[in-house]
Amino acid sequence: MASDTSKLGFYLLLAPILLWLALLILLPHVGLFLVSISEKIGPREYETGFGNYSAFFTEPLYWRTFARTAIMSILATALTLLLGFPIAYYIAKITRGRTKTTLFLMCMIPFWVSELVRTFGWMILLRETGVFSQFLQWAGLVSGPVEMLYNDAAIMVGLVYTSILFMVVPLVTTLDSLDDSLIEAGYDLGGTTTAVMREIVIPHAMPGIVSGCIVVFMLSLGNYLTPILLGGKDSLWFTGMIYTQFITRFNWELGSAFGFLLLALSSLVVFLGLKLSGRSLSETMGRS
Amino acid sequence: MIPSLPQSPFAKWAYRAYVTLFFIYLGLPLAVVSVFAFNDSLFPSLPWEGFTLAWFFGNESPFIGVFHERAILRSIGTSAFVAAWVSVLSVFVGTCNAFLFVRHDFRGKALLYMLMLLPLIIPGVILGISILVFTSSVANTLEDATGLWFDGLRPGLILVILGQFSFITTFATLVISARLQKFDPSLEEAALNLGATKAGAIRQITVPFLLPAIVASAVVAMLMSFENFNTTLMLVGSDSPLTITMFDKLKQGSTPVLNAVSLLLMLASAALGLMSLLFQRKKA
Repeated sequence: MASDTSKLGFYLLLAPILLWLALLILLPHVGLFLVSISEKIGPREYETGFGNYSAFFTEPLYWRTFARTAIMSILATALTLLLGFPIAYYIAKITRGRTKTTLFLMCMIPFWVSELVRTFGWMILLRETGVFSQFLQWAGLVSGPVEMLYNDAAIMVGLVYTSILFMVVPLVTTLDSLDDSLIEAGYDLGGTTTAVMREIVIPHAMPGIVSGCIVVFMLSLGNYLTPILLGGKDSLWFTGMIYTQFITRFNWELGSAFGFLLLALSSLVVFLGLKLSGRSLSETMGRS
Repeated sequence: MIPSLPQSPFAKWAYRAYVTLFFIYLGLPLAVVSVFAFNDSLFPSLPWEGFTLAWFFGNESPFIGVFHERAILRSIGTSAFVAAWVSVLSVFVGTCNAFLFVRHDFRGKALLYMLMLLPLIIPGVILGISILVFTSSVANTLEDATGLWFDGLRPGLILVILGQFSFITTFATLVISARLQKFDPSLEEAALNLGATKAGAIRQITVPFLLPAIVASAVVAMLMSFENFNTTLMLVGSDSPLTITMFDKLKQGSTPVLNAVSLLLMLASAALGLMSLLFQRKKA
């Protein structure tokens, strides 16, 4: 193995990955951090300092939007878990054979469709002249058009819709590996449905729950399309603020600081999730 | 809660109803997008004005169909160009990475593997702005030093390609590595025993074995590139890919021409997905 040609081959294989990671991942993030700690004091004049970060903490609009984004993402994650778990359980434990494969593949459909198209679909359904509003009027339940778009509930519907697949897939995989006889044994020993769920099913599904929650939270936090298109004028999202600072205001220093804060929060959640489940990043992410 | 246990019929039906509702929830937005592509009205909403194909083939204002709408056709071309490059680059680097991680042991391998996974946990918007900031500062430095222009490092298609490549490569690496791990090295050794060169053995034995994974990851890379929005948004210049064009039109309020594009997009990704599925089945 240690011959000269295989040494050369090894370095040839090493070159692309090093170039990729260094030039497109590591150095850009170092650069982003450096820009975030530089303050503009004049045209093309900068000095180092944490002024952009203190601007974030002193301006209520900034940190409130940040907190709002985080809380809504947590809520979306919890909702996705709640709605997705029964579906995953149904696919993994109740159905067999062809039905199982079909249902599983059907869960994947949204992934194959652009997020833009999915969001567009919700806009058609929810807006004032939309399908739901017209249906309610036709059914005589309401007298005038109802606006269901441009509020936080609409954002929630969109976020859950976009990310539910990333919850269902890992859950199905872990639940599949749970032996039915363990559930039967739980009932035989006198356990109620709640007890069996709490003592057997949920502990077994924990790795799937954690990796699903991590992915869904990250996707919601970093989402741009859904909150911008489905949310109203007042429903700000932090990625939208980053975009404004970068593209509209051209204040890259503040925008970089925002970006770094978002990255920090998302990394913190991934870290906590991995600590909680006692698994490594490779195990959690490498599979899905 | 499992089929082998008795359960009250009510619970059973309630559960089934929930699952049915869930799949309606999944399908409904896609269904309405498709249906309104055929509505003979200027807005993608009810009432139903009758069936028309004008949003695909129409060329009389205001009924300009997809196939006559220049902006959309051009952005589809841009997207295809970007997707082709992203797919080639990420499959190439992904294959190199797979060989590196499966065939070689070296110091820092675990660390490098973790770094390789990193793009999965970086939000797309952040990936976009970090590359934007980095390439702009490189361009500024180079321009100050040489007095030449480096337009390739300013927002535009090259940056969009690099930005998408930066995270899609991770997916390609994972898919191709998984396949390479299943490869039996004795097949390659047999080829070497029979007088093949190392390169010849890899080309004739290993690469054909990897082909399903390579094709699958190329297809997935293309789809992800076509659909990508967050990273692209930050890096886009004057030539906008399809998702950006659609987003701009959507914000302005749109005609059902967007439904028609969406339907075509869905059909194209379904066709690509099916093709890769069939290809894998044939090879397996």
